[in-house]
Amino acid sequence: MENARPHIVAHDLTMAYGDFLIQKDLDFTINRGDIFIIMGGSGCGKSTLLKVMIGLKPPAQGDISYDGKMYWSSSLAEQDAAKRKFGTLFQSGALWSSMTLAENIGLALRQYTDLGPAEIREVAAYKLMLVGLAGFEDYYPNEISGGMKKRAGLARAMALDPEILFFDEPSAGLDPISAKLLDDLILELCESLGTTVVIVTHELASIFAIGNNSVFLDPVTKTQLATGNPAELRDHHPNFEVRNFLQRGKAKEEAA
Amino acid sequence: MGNATLAVTEPGQGALLVQLSGDWLLGHDLPTPDPVLHKMQPSGGSRALAFDAEALGEWDTGLVKMLVSIYRNARANGLEVDSAGLPAGARRLVALAFAVEEREGARRQFEKKKFLQQLGESFLALAKDARELLTFTGELALSTRRFLRGKATYQRSDLVQYIQEAGAETLPIVSLISFLIGMIFAFVGVMQLELFGAGIYTANLVAVAMVREMAAIMTAIIIAGRTGAAYAAQIGTMKVNEEVDALTTLGVNPVDFLVTPRVFALVLMMPLLTLYSSLMGIAGGMLVGLSMLDVSLMQYLTQTAQSVGLNSLFGGLFKSIVYGSLVALAGCQQGMACGNSALAVGECTTRAVVMGIVLIVLSAAVLTIIFINLGI
Repeated sequence: MENARPHIVAHDLTMAYGDFLIQKDLDFTINRGDIFIIMGGSGCGKSTLLKVMIGLKPPAQGDISYDGKMYWSSSLAEQDAAKRKFGTLFQSGALWSSMTLAENIGLALRQYTDLGPAEIREVAAYKLMLVGLAGFEDYYPNEISGGMKKRAGLARAMALDPEILFFDEPSAGLDPISAKLLDDLILELCESLGTTVVIVTHELASIFAIGNNSVFLDPVTKTQLATGNPAELRDHHPNFEVRNFLQRGKAKEEAA
Repeated sequence: MGNATLAVTEPGQGALLVQLSGDWLLGHDLPTPDPVLHKMQPSGGSRALAFDAEALGEWDTGLVKMLVSIYRNARANGLEVDSAGLPAGARRLVALAFAVEEREGARRQFEKKKFLQQLGESFLALAKDARELLTFTGELALSTRRFLRGKATYQRSDLVQYIQEAGAETLPIVSLISFLIGMIFAFVGVMQLELFGAGIYTANLVAVAMVREMAAIMTAIIIAGRTGAAYAAQIGTMKVNEEVDALTTLGVNPVDFLVTPRVFALVLMMPLLTLYSSLMGIAGGMLVGLSMLDVSLMQYLTQTAQSVGLNSLFGGLFKSIVYGSLVALAGCQQGMACGNSALAVGECTTRAVVMGIVLIVLSAAVLTIIFINLGI
């Protein structure tokens, strides 16, 4: 990638629940505009890493920096300021069930901007248009399908035009066509807006379709085995585990 | 860059040029697209629209939101829009916004309902609720028959746990409330009965009130707030998580598995709790009576024993069984009727408690009248 600017950097990150080590010594760099994939087998700590990155769970050691500014060692006010630039799409949408879709999107705008109610509604309507849900402003989350919830969650994540979008398994629970459409939507939005994207997934189709950078977490050695472009890792990485995962368990031991 | 500006010119016949400059960022003072929308009206004779964004600075949703309204208007008025002058990112976002057509009939219409219409609808809703409760009661009756014949599928360990939750774990709160209620009755009795020297009859007042009415009612209300609410929340959450559907697909009747054991546990525990509550109430009354009246412990006890017969005791215990089954019924019915969101679980829990208490008080009134007429 030409003139890449580092946006998010992990410094010797170690994560643990109490004494139980999840991952240690994570070091990776995410450049501005990257679509970064966090991948690895089930239970390797992908979602935990995401939680550390979005400020929900403090790391046991190390830190994450955004634009060169350490997150976990900064003050609470600074952490809040950093969080404002994040948008997160949770695994099943996590839409607030007592609010309509327009209110779900509007909450962040009400909290952080001086916009009036009419303008907030207008912005919410536009965000819903972007994700293909025009006209669904006044629906409650339990009135729409799972795929629509995901898209509404995406609209909510983008409410404040975030610099970084985090996705936790965006295609989980969607049919292949819907998953593909969601991938395309993420790609299109991020290219138009220049957003940096971090995705937790183990869907190989998504990984190669949209990812241009990645980290591979291993549950056995409890550390990262590889980082870089997923397609290159699949074809050329010296570690067998990495190639095997990316080739759906069809890698040959000796090839490198 | 400077403030956002929007200018519209007509460089040629039927053509409009929208010039954008400055920073278009949400939350700043942004110009409205009204001048453009105005010129686009059919009477204006414009047929094409183009953009000039040479002087445009930073932009975000603020710009695209405005562009979307211009595009929407242009489509409605049949104008051709040339988006070549826009930044590439904005162009793609506008295209994306219009990529999926608004689904026909998706938009919600809000109409204000007339008073009579609202009244009628709420009455119909009430009738529907009553019918659902009746249906549920029927299902419960069938399930109880299976339960008693040993044909129902449920987990013994669940039943034991429900019995513990509804019984032993409620003892502390039942003790506290009953003891205090007994004391309150005794205070009132001492104050009034002492006026004509019948202070010893405080023992009767406390014993009769507790054993016949108050023990059962107070225990039932505590149980409605504690156990009934828990039942509604537990079953409601299982409903939201599709755990109830999972039982059905397995061929297990969810009423047999979830509801009947809970109802049975509560019906079993209620008389015991009520008996205990009566004793605690009498003890509370005795504490006040002995300290405020000039009577001995033996006198007070004898007076108490003479005032309540077995009829009163069994009457009270029968009521407690009725209240207990109504509370369990309300809790489980609301849980099973729960919607499929986190919000619905809260609503069904509230409704379970309210419904439980209303049913308790209604049945208390009816039972008291029946008992008086039967001379119990």
